[in-house]
Amino acid sequence: MMSLNTIWFILFIVIITGYLILDGFDMGVGILHMFAAKDDRERRLNLNSIGPIWDGNEVWLVLGGGALFAAFPIVYASLFSGFYPAMVLVLLVLILRPVAIEFRSKQESARWRKLWDVVFFLTSLLLALLLGVALGNIISGVPLDEQGHINISSILTLLHPFALLMGLTTIAMVTMHGALYLVMKTEGEMQARVHGLVPKLMAAFAVTAVITAILMFVNGYQPTAVYQQIWPLIFPLAAAVCFGLIWLFLQRGHEFKAFVASSGMIACLMLSVAVGMFPNLLISTINESYNLTITNSASQPNTLTVMLIIALIGMPFVLLYTAGVYYIFRGKVQLDADSY
Amino acid sequence: MNPEILSRLQFAFTASFHFIYPPISMGLGLLMVVMGIQYLRTKDPIWRQASFFWVKIYGLVFALGIATGIVQEFEFGMNWATYSRFVGNIFGSLLAAEGIFAFFLEGGFLGLLLFGGNRLGPRMWLLATFMVVFGAHFSALWILMANSWMQTPQGYELATTQWGQLAYMTSFAEVVFTPSFIPRLLHTWVASWMVGSSLVLSVTAYYLLKKRHIEFAKKNFSLALWFFAVLAILQLFVFGAQMAISVTNNQQPKLAAMEGVWESQSCAPMYLVGWVNEAEQTTTGLSIPCLLSILSYQNPQATVTGLNAFPQDTWAPVNAVFQVYHLMIDLGFLFPLIGVVGLFFWWRKRRIFEMRWLLWVFVLSIVMTELATLAGWWTAEIGRQPWIVWELLHTVDAVSPTLTTNQVLSSLIMFGILYAILFALFLFLLDHKIKEGPDPVDGIPDPAPLPDTFREIFRQPRASASGEVE
Repeated sequence: MMSLNTIWFILFIVIITGYLILDGFDMGVGILHMFAAKDDRERRLNLNSIGPIWDGNEVWLVLGGGALFAAFPIVYASLFSGFYPAMVLVLLVLILRPVAIEFRSKQESARWRKLWDVVFFLTSLLLALLLGVALGNIISGVPLDEQGHINISSILTLLHPFALLMGLTTIAMVTMHGALYLVMKTEGEMQARVHGLVPKLMAAFAVTAVITAILMFVNGYQPTAVYQQIWPLIFPLAAAVCFGLIWLFLQRGHEFKAFVASSGMIACLMLSVAVGMFPNLLISTINESYNLTITNSASQPNTLTVMLIIALIGMPFVLLYTAGVYYIFRGKVQLDADSY
Repeated sequence: MNPEILSRLQFAFTASFHFIYPPISMGLGLLMVVMGIQYLRTKDPIWRQASFFWVKIYGLVFALGIATGIVQEFEFGMNWATYSRFVGNIFGSLLAAEGIFAFFLEGGFLGLLLFGGNRLGPRMWLLATFMVVFGAHFSALWILMANSWMQTPQGYELATTQWGQLAYMTSFAEVVFTPSFIPRLLHTWVASWMVGSSLVLSVTAYYLLKKRHIEFAKKNFSLALWFFAVLAILQLFVFGAQMAISVTNNQQPKLAAMEGVWESQSCAPMYLVGWVNEAEQTTTGLSIPCLLSILSYQNPQATVTGLNAFPQDTWAPVNAVFQVYHLMIDLGFLFPLIGVVGLFFWWRKRRIFEMRWLLWVFVLSIVMTELATLAGWWTAEIGRQPWIVWELLHTVDAVSPTLTTNQVLSSLIMFGILYAILFALFLFLLDHKIKEGPDPVDGIPDPAPLPDTFREIFRQPRASASGEVE
């Protein structure tokens, strides 16, 4: 029988993976907003391709925060207070992005729309970068002391080369993912333009991802220790297979399957990291014994049980609404009088 | 200025700014559901026109609510790490439950609500509206449950761990149903419905004053007026009163601070306006004798315990609590009066539609209800001080130990500038939408060809029946 703590580790990874896949293409669409869409009509198509669903996608992040707070409160407290300046930036971006989406088409003025186009682009780009940098620091470890406090003198401590590279990889990954989403949701000239970008984005992602992986092993980060064994290799290999499938499906014109393959690839990459981290949630660069693990940072079994019941009741509903809404807004995006 | 004071300021500021929007999401949302039902019942096109108009305002309000709401979830960990470790087992669970049960409901159906007018028939659009509004109420339920636990904690045990003292959950049912939860929930829901009704009153009273969209304005105004008047009376005599009794039963030092009661006294008076001199421990002002004893204990001779019966280091900032509480209560007395006068002149041959001064009062009503709602929150939160969790954890001990003054000062300045810009843009767009007014009835898409059952929605090759509109 798997322990409650392990179940919650898995659930947390599932939620964060769900967030990366779903809000990932929102970020990609935002990053491509300035490149893939040329005029106002195309920008509106771009925005409305995620119009009815972006809010639901972002809820996965809110749920991730809540799940971390409930299941591993020590990690939640250490991470959020220790990364304070980075978290402030994340909040700035998370506040401005929905505002840009909502405000952009509310005025006719070209300058007004241009302003929010730029905000939508920059916030999407910065969010992907910050998420990547955060993940990079979680993999490389942080100066976590015995009391569970992370003492960093300045935000620059978080911006070491590996973390920055991870940020670039994340940007490339979500942009590719977003482009595949747009290929699925658009038609005609715009679709052709996005389609043309996909090979370049795939190449950019492949290069950054491979360099990141090499750096991870060269630096000997703790999560790589598990790859001394053979079986965990199945996850990065599966990611590589998914990556190949994206190309294959795209060549054959299966737009939806290509997007699913991209989602599968993101999930496999997250699993590759999660397998390496387990059972740690935060790694200390000061002393291995200060690591925050699924045991020393978790809530009591009572709370974990109640939360598991809540998750089991809630999750089917979440999947039901999500599937229903995606189904209703399926197909190529169209503009109505009430669109963004 | 130290990180603790700055963190308090930042949380108070960001939470207050956020709290402008959710009451509208609930209150205006409830009225939109009623309008949708009215359309289905009467087929009067004005109600469909109303749905198309209010949904635009709703989208704007909701976006601001989402954008500013996530800040709080992060701030618990960022600024209040010790608090987060202490309450994670309990408070964290309630936040996570809010996410999974309520936010997905809102987030999932919001797209259908905002874009449903052109894609869904009236019944299915109403269903989407209902789901979002239900989600908003459900979300309030969880967060008020979490707040109530901070006010009147139970269902926990204290444990000493390597992370210091932590609260562990012993009974989920006790955590859910803390003594102040139900009164707080109902009081806040009713307050939110009043805010929503007053927004409708405010906008339509403005149209009546400007002689625009007269038919639309009269119908919407009448509906909202009934809601507002009835809710204002119920709030004063039932839900607000129950909240006061809950504070009396559970948080006596807070009650004493709210009314500036220093020495325990029977036949305690209730002030309408006043000033508390904390140095001399006196309270002066205009008061009604014995009313506090009556409201708190339903007995004019009952003794209200004064602040001096409690150690001084457990007192909230008395005058601040007194002032925000009286701002709320005075507005709370005013609302039934406005509502009843409004209803009287509505009933007298609809004369209210010509009474300019009274219409101006209704134009201002949204500012008053928002202010009353905020003042109520300030009373609850400032009145809880010096505790972050009532009688368990001091706010001063709850702050993140790793924070520096510069970090919090920078973030506070950032939020200050950002929110000032956002609020200005919000008011600008709101004003624009209001001046633009509802679309003419004949410009609203005919609902007949739109899918209006689950079967029709899932059978259609594509939910949108309309063509591309530039």
